[in-house]
Amino acid sequence: MAVLDPEATGTGGLETPWWDISRIPLVYWAVGLILLIMPLIAGDFILSQILSWALILGMIALSLMFLAGYGNMVSLVQMTVAGVAAYMTAIFGTSAIDTISLGWPWWVAAPLAILVAVIFGTLSGALAVRTEGIYTIMITLAIAAAMFYLVRQNYTLFNGFSGLNQVRAPEFWGVVWRDPIPFYYVTLFCAVLSYAAVVYVARSPFGLALQGVRDNARRMHALGFNVTAHRIAAYAFASLIAGTAGVLLVWLNGQVSPGTIGVGPAIDILIIAVVGGIAHPIGPFLGAILYVVLRTFALDVLVALGLGGERFQLLIGLGFLAVVFFSSDGLLGLWKRFRERAKRDPVTGETR
Amino acid sequence: MAETVAARLSATGTANALELRGVSRLFGALAALTDISMTVQPGERRAVLGSNGAGKTTLFNCITGDFPPSSGTIRLFGEDVTDFPPYERIRRGLRRTYQISLLFTGLTVLDNVYLACRGVSRGRFSFIRPRRNDALMASARDLVEAVHLTPARDTEVAALSYGQQRQLEIALALAGAPRFVLFDEPAAGLSPTERRELIEILTNLPEHIGYMIIEHDMDVALRVAESVTMMHNGRIFKEGSPQEIEEDPEVQELYLGGGLAHH
Repeated sequence: MAVLDPEATGTGGLETPWWDISRIPLVYWAVGLILLIMPLIAGDFILSQILSWALILGMIALSLMFLAGYGNMVSLVQMTVAGVAAYMTAIFGTSAIDTISLGWPWWVAAPLAILVAVIFGTLSGALAVRTEGIYTIMITLAIAAAMFYLVRQNYTLFNGFSGLNQVRAPEFWGVVWRDPIPFYYVTLFCAVLSYAAVVYVARSPFGLALQGVRDNARRMHALGFNVTAHRIAAYAFASLIAGTAGVLLVWLNGQVSPGTIGVGPAIDILIIAVVGGIAHPIGPFLGAILYVVLRTFALDVLVALGLGGERFQLLIGLGFLAVVFFSSDGLLGLWKRFRERAKRDPVTGETR
Repeated sequence: MAETVAARLSATGTANALELRGVSRLFGALAALTDISMTVQPGERRAVLGSNGAGKTTLFNCITGDFPPSSGTIRLFGEDVTDFPPYERIRRGLRRTYQISLLFTGLTVLDNVYLACRGVSRGRFSFIRPRRNDALMASARDLVEAVHLTPARDTEVAALSYGQQRQLEIALALAGAPRFVLFDEPAAGLSPTERRELIEILTNLPEHIGYMIIEHDMDVALRVAESVTMMHNGRIFKEGSPQEIEEDPEVQELYLGGGLAHH
């Protein structure tokens, strides 16, 4: 996993242009190849219920990583932004509730849904950016909770408690895009695109300025930057990623309900990002894989051990506790330390 | 770029670089600044002296807008900037350094300076990475060279020595086309060699760039400034040439303890 080498994290390397493919480490090619041929190895269940879901959650967590890692803004509203996109896809497109759904074709409904999500995320950001640290968390949590209660209690637009179901993914060119293999490739494409966008933008003037705001907002003012506008723009960019993930999420699940955007899922996104590591954009995807695997198999493991299956949340919690206990910077940090130790001579302690 | 130079030349011809009228700043019941009025000519280099708590840094904070004044007006090159946020003042040619370095510790030296160059030009929100022949990146490299930091160019700022961080602090204030710079104790904590380098950098600045410098080291202050403002308890106590200030009996009694009389 060479992603943790400094030359790959994009902090240096100004001399070689970013599009020079020789800069892409070998590991990227290997991981990319494995992901591409995954449908040959894995069955339908793994493809849609593990990998596609993990990629979608990874994208939402990536939007949080962008805000928290580069901008020091811990936003709990990212799942809600994705949820807004999911609801809007169902409302603009088709669902079983045809009194609500407008039945527009997917190529109108999906971009519009993302647009609404971006507007929602940007407005949430505009509210949150005037605060720092724990107050940002509180405000975004409040927005997430308010949105949850709104969709649960509003029946005219969001169909209340039961939400909107039978939302169909597009079918065109003779492909049913909800089928596991096509859908896997769609999510993989979107996830890779989001990942690449974050890596690229981190080194652009906008991304650098955001990191400047993270390190020292007051100095950014004194260099001519409008810090507030920069932070809000960061929310807009993050919402674009989260909104795209939200459209994929409603296509994957076929339904969206208040449970999708509750406070629990909002905190899950935070856990995914923190457990994976927010120092690099790959972290959220690692965290998402771990989360989804634990979510899916914890119950089976418990039953196999002769324990009650309903305690699966306990196992998930213990898993995350273990990661955070051994590494404050998540899986990324664990891996980094392991590599450093492997490089070192065990006797002399010197780097080989 | 051309229009900013033209604007600067026309502005330098017509207006004072800085004009303060009755500027006061209260922190609760504490008056940090009381009724400060001063005029600084374009290109003028002035030292601000005074003991701790005299209000020197607060004065700088009011001028840059870090803390706006409680009352009074501030004009920058003839324009009333009293209600402007800091970044609008910076974009008009004002710059400052901080007493305690405020740097971007997670970024490299070059990225720090690049941000400073970007902040006073267009494309602050650009999503496009700078190309290899990017003009701003080139000027950032020149600026790094000018403050003798080229060997540390790609080092993360957190890993720099104290002296190097102070040099970077100055580089950030000289990005773009500065017209008036506020230096807040740039020499504090520097070694004698670094001090000499600093004096060299300040005295070699182009003539049209004026500055105000807060400096406790009288030796540095009087070598880089042509006029002196003494502050005491948030008020201006004396203004004059370095020699007048040095020889003023009241000043000697208050601050210098006669120590500089035989210089």
